[in-house]
Amino acid sequence: MNGKKLIELRGITKAFDGEVVLDNISLDIYEDEFITLLGPSGCGKTTTLRIIGGFETPDKGDVIFDGKRINDTPPHKRHINTVFQKYALFPHLNVYENIAFGLRVSGLKDEEEISRRVREMLEMVNLRGFERRHVTKLSGGQQQRVAIARALINKPRVLLLDEPLGALDLKLRKDMQNELKGMQKRTGITFIYVTHDQEEALSMSDTVVVMNNGSIMQIGTPTDIYNEPSNAYVADFIGESNIVDGVMLDDYSVKLAGHTFVCVDKGFGKNTPVDVVIRPEDVDVVPTAEGELCGHVVSVTFKGVHYEVIVDIDGFKWMIQTTDYVAPDTDIGVKIEPDAFHIMNKSEYSGMFGDYSSFSDELDQLSENGGEDD
Amino acid sequence: MKVLGRLWLILVFIFLYAPIAVMILISFNSGESTTEMQGLSLYWYRELFRDKATLEALKNTLLLSVSAAVLSTVIGTLAAVGIDRMKNRFMRGAVMSVTNIPMMNPDIVTGISLMLLFVFVGTLLGLESYLSFWTLLIAHVTFNLPYVILSVLPKIKQMDKNIPEAALDLGCTPWQSFFRVELPFIMPGIATGFIMAFTLSFDDFVISNFTSGSSFETLTIHIYSMIKKSVKPDIYALSTLIFAVVLLLLVVSNLSDRDGEPAKEKSPERRGAARFRGKEGGAAK
Repeated sequence: MNGKKLIELRGITKAFDGEVVLDNISLDIYEDEFITLLGPSGCGKTTTLRIIGGFETPDKGDVIFDGKRINDTPPHKRHINTVFQKYALFPHLNVYENIAFGLRVSGLKDEEEISRRVREMLEMVNLRGFERRHVTKLSGGQQQRVAIARALINKPRVLLLDEPLGALDLKLRKDMQNELKGMQKRTGITFIYVTHDQEEALSMSDTVVVMNNGSIMQIGTPTDIYNEPSNAYVADFIGESNIVDGVMLDDYSVKLAGHTFVCVDKGFGKNTPVDVVIRPEDVDVVPTAEGELCGHVVSVTFKGVHYEVIVDIDGFKWMIQTTDYVAPDTDIGVKIEPDAFHIMNKSEYSGMFGDYSSFSDELDQLSENGGEDD
Repeated sequence: MKVLGRLWLILVFIFLYAPIAVMILISFNSGESTTEMQGLSLYWYRELFRDKATLEALKNTLLLSVSAAVLSTVIGTLAAVGIDRMKNRFMRGAVMSVTNIPMMNPDIVTGISLMLLFVFVGTLLGLESYLSFWTLLIAHVTFNLPYVILSVLPKIKQMDKNIPEAALDLGCTPWQSFFRVELPFIMPGIATGFIMAFTLSFDDFVISNFTSGSSFETLTIHIYSMIKKSVKPDIYALSTLIFAVVLLLLVVSNLSDRDGEPAKEKSPERRGAARFRGKEGGAAK
């Protein structure tokens, strides 16, 4: 990012009842940036957000806002507003008064000005004509919009969003993603967005921060994170990936599954053990005779745009996405282009991810829906 | 089965409300007999309102129950907020038990113990008369408190903790957040607590009898002293009026409960209302 640094987290550590939730986190957030904290539940992303909002105080480390340390500044004195996970609208006020709340608290008395700005906000979130509605009578998506309008009316420098789309259905979620992105571009306010949904993170953000177990795994643009994951954890969490044990024989040459491939990576030294990431869409299915590797098709699932094929190659289950139908229980060959390989140094996460032997759609669903509040 | 069930329900209602119905009917009797209706009239109601002592007692009771209800609602609400914010689980449990004991305690024990305390302190301070309106007020606030706390606390627990945080986030100081957001949210619980406290104070006899002294007579004490002389039908008229007021309050409290409340969140107040109704049965006899 080329903007000005707005928020700096320096060595933030936080523990609840002796359990470390954030372990020495450092992060720079820039003006006009859409930054997403991405990770599974319990990874510390919500706690990070609450520390920026002022609802938690870090045990160690500093929060710097616009050059000033704000560790001990209470939430009502920060130029930061929040959209809470369950919206937290005020049930005793109607839509208009919910949105006007921030203005009234700030001491604004001019009713015309209040009315003008509330209407402007309603316009922005597409809720014109909803002024007198009671907030408990709105749908989830509408409540969401009210929450956003309420948080933006004071023109904060930063907007914090804690899994704001978590409770919406898929279609509405996609629409809101686009709207949020558009709003961020129009207003120029820095958005700090928390989610466990990697697709959401990739499609909305300028910068993605992948977190796990209270630490930051990788910070980068969505394409960086997808194409150049820093370790097996990130590669597995972002999208689907085959993560294979390999040896970097020399620059531009990697050996895996008994075959030596040409690749575009270098600088790992000679005969270095590495993790190799190959995305399922980068593997080409060819007749066995033409294949660089050969394998046995274990299962085929139709996914609409493509087939998802699980192939056993030398005992390692690969996932391949192909638009051509492959019959289950047959042998196929695969070919991989040099730029499809992404080479990573071995890490503590090596060997934990990237094999599809226990893969099933239901399992995936379960882990996505399980306990989302951290 | 259905018919039997309905019959059972009707029997229960007869059992509950027959005494009250008889009392209401007799209160409109033009004669003095309690067994024979000699014609409908408002004679005993007129008689009741001609009775200075009874009206004075009514005035005293209203003064007492309103002040006791206001005081216990304020103190009880603050207590509930404090209890909710207690971090130490053990302490919170302990405080809740201590608050609940006066509710379980038989009125007679509470009454005697309060009287002893007032006499003891009064003697220490060298006061001339130990018992007065003020001791009565203290006693009433004491036994009202747990009921207020129990009706406010569930409402606080229902509140999404992000709601006060959202208020802080939008620029409220913690005080502003309490008055602008938290208080309106728990208001139905506070209203229920207030009405409950008022009704409990209004119909209390046992504790009042021990703590009121001779200078300040409440309605229940007045009725009791009337019964000792002779039972006149104007007592029935008075009881009918009290019943009507209590009924009205109950309806108001139930309606205010229902306003804008999602149905699933009602159980705590339900429990409160049931207890509330139990107490009233005592009032109307």
